[in-house]
Amino acid sequence: MRIHPEPPPAVELVDIHKRYGSVNANQGITLRFRPGAIHGILGENGAGKSTLMKILAGFTQKTRGRIRIHGVDVDFQAPAVASRLGIGMLYQEPVDFPVLSVLENFMIGQIRGFRLHRKAFRERFESLCTRLGFSLSPETPVRQLTPGERQQLEILRLLSMGTHVLILDEPTTGISSFQKETLFKALRTLAQEGKTIILVSHKLEDVESLCDRVSVLRHGKITGEMERPFDPNALLKMMFGSVPSPLKRPEIPAGAPLLILRDVSAPGDRSGLKACSAIIREKEVVALAGLEGSGQGVFMRLAAGLRAPVSGVLRLRDEGMHRKDGIAFQKKGVAFLPTARLEEGLIPGLSILEHVALKYCRGFRVHWNVARDQAARHIRYFRIKGDPEMPVESLSGGNQQRLMLSFLPDAPALLLLEKPTRGLDFESALWVWDHLFRYREKNTAVVFSSSELEEIFMVADRILVFYEGAVIRDIRAADTDIHELGSAIAGKA
Amino acid sequence: MAVFGFTTGILMLAGAPPMEAYGLLLKGSLGSGKKVGAVLTAWVPLTLCAVGLLYTFRIALWNIGVEGQMIMGAVFATAVLRWGVESRLPLFYLILAFPAAALGGGLWAMGAGLLKTKGGVHEIFAGLGLNFVAQGILLYLIFGPWKRPGVASMSGTAPFPPELWLSSVSGVRLSPEGVFLAAAALAVTVWMFRYSRLGLVFKAAGNNPTAVMLFGEKPGRYMILAMVLAGAFAGLAGGVQVAGVYHRLIPSISSNYGYLALLVVMLSNYRVALVPAVAFFFACLNVGGIQLPMVLKIDSSLAGVIQGAWVLAALAAVAWLRKEGRPEEAR
Repeated sequence: MRIHPEPPPAVELVDIHKRYGSVNANQGITLRFRPGAIHGILGENGAGKSTLMKILAGFTQKTRGRIRIHGVDVDFQAPAVASRLGIGMLYQEPVDFPVLSVLENFMIGQIRGFRLHRKAFRERFESLCTRLGFSLSPETPVRQLTPGERQQLEILRLLSMGTHVLILDEPTTGISSFQKETLFKALRTLAQEGKTIILVSHKLEDVESLCDRVSVLRHGKITGEMERPFDPNALLKMMFGSVPSPLKRPEIPAGAPLLILRDVSAPGDRSGLKACSAIIREKEVVALAGLEGSGQGVFMRLAAGLRAPVSGVLRLRDEGMHRKDGIAFQKKGVAFLPTARLEEGLIPGLSILEHVALKYCRGFRVHWNVARDQAARHIRYFRIKGDPEMPVESLSGGNQQRLMLSFLPDAPALLLLEKPTRGLDFESALWVWDHLFRYREKNTAVVFSSSELEEIFMVADRILVFYEGAVIRDIRAADTDIHELGSAIAGKA
Repeated sequence: MAVFGFTTGILMLAGAPPMEAYGLLLKGSLGSGKKVGAVLTAWVPLTLCAVGLLYTFRIALWNIGVEGQMIMGAVFATAVLRWGVESRLPLFYLILAFPAAALGGGLWAMGAGLLKTKGGVHEIFAGLGLNFVAQGILLYLIFGPWKRPGVASMSGTAPFPPELWLSSVSGVRLSPEGVFLAAAALAVTVWMFRYSRLGLVFKAAGNNPTAVMLFGEKPGRYMILAMVLAGAFAGLAGGVQVAGVYHRLIPSISSNYGYLALLVVMLSNYRVALVPAVAFFFACLNVGGIQLPMVLKIDSSLAGVIQGAWVLAALAAVAWLRKEGRPEEAR
């Protein structure tokens, strides 16, 4: 007999099925979400987490099953209906209007009637901000915000619209660790106020540090549930069927200087790059750490020849690269992998096959048979879920990432990787790094940026810390620790 | 259906029996061999311009300058043919007129391409501006250096001697060479888009020029190339009009076929396979429309209204079909 009965569930999902053609994305999922608790949905890429949450948010229609809210059966055909019932979802990609201001974005969807009650909204906005510990300025245009800030704005908007079941799909992807702390603190506050929080993630540490209860999804089915305190090994086993083996990092001494920057300045991002001096050597793995937009992106694009410095000297080995374009850098063996996959890295509208042909069929004529074989090899080796004819925008984020990785040249001199494991689950990330480490045997230097300190310490030999566009630290990973690095990133060096 | 009602309503308002009007449109375009010949005569430049536009649309450029490119093609062709007058090798000049026409259109388009890639001028403005310049050059030549002996006139330059004409089917001004040229342009383009790297890069650069750079190609270069190809095809259309249809340079040498070709390509949903059929449909409307004012005594602009209504209806239908054909997706 229970002395403290559990509060009735805020939301129940009963036997949810979802089919996409021949793919069973969800196969009979039953879950209950309590109010006042933070519930984690954990699973590797393509486990069916996002599908399930999109069904709950009314964005996708289920094939079979029932949804109950406060004990009442509901059936919504559109996100608007779900949102009227108090269910709000924060998607992976921001859904906002970049040219409008923060306040204007906040007001959208809440305005009834013709007149704008700017002042009232402003007051509501500011009080919500204070309550959740966000610091957003209402008049800033949204395009100037970092992904983390856009996310905060979207949360505020959802709450103001009366959301009491808040779904967050991979919210810690692409935001800084500082913003992550703010987010988690805000979510705890909301849970204490009695809201239902659902966190979808493939990151064990997020779930461990935030959730009260976690359900694990694998191949579209629930493989286990666990209450706090969690056993990480048991969770990993539920996620992957087995515990992934840890990464083996070969110790290789650094070679000759490869990329040399002296007092290089350039505009871009939020802070630009200010008088940056650095040397990258062969066989090194160098992490670029820092808050989002602190100059790492500009550094990469300069080193890839996609942007020109306004002052300073940039050399590749002994050659000055002044006034050279990205193609010239590529010929010198520089390969760049941008984080904005569909904006910069891949070509929406083209299939995997067409990407392969674009990359490898260099004659006047495209030999589609050759390209098809090559595409099949890429798909197999990089474990891409999709077939050659699929347009890249229909692939999941993780699979887009694998496809981009598969286009890296065989023996580059310098790899520039902007958040290379973004959107990948733990096991896939390990696999990617295992693959990337193999490049070092070919003298390749690997430069990558990451907002995850754990990843940086797992793979980097050396860390450059960016703050407000300047490199404020250049330190060997072995000579520092996660706390020191964390405060350096925040500018408290 | 709605559009049928709309055009019928318009015709009735204008006091014309609608069914008779539609019948006339049909008979006026396909009623006799001669009529079909006239339709094909319009089909040739329309198809050539449309084929060229496929290249620029593929790389996501709006080549509004196709009119000017056609005009410059006609001007270059005329220049060559003028040398050929009283030469002992008229055939040589007649053949040379076509590469010259392609060159003229291509160079003119290259101007717009360079303005776009080097100067940062939007291709629509560049093209539109160059259209006016081309029209100006055309008029200057007709009324200035190339004017008819004695008197300059809106009817154009002095006609060329027949040995500088393309052959023509008896009774109509349709030249088989022109039809062959348009068909060849279609075939080449089908092949280019399916099997050539160029076609693939055009498509890629049109969808994401930033990413194409990472695949080792400079998008700007391909933009200029696509413009030049489009201009060359439009130039050929101008050449056909001079050597095969009018046998001289006239002020309205482009007959708005360039602008019409933009509609043809959009209506074909940017697909090569549909271009010849859609171009044929437009040519029918164009030729058939001529009959309406004469027989039914309605204003000639009404033919344009009917044509425009059909275009809008077809565009709406294409958009609607595309929406229907795409069921719920993962995202």
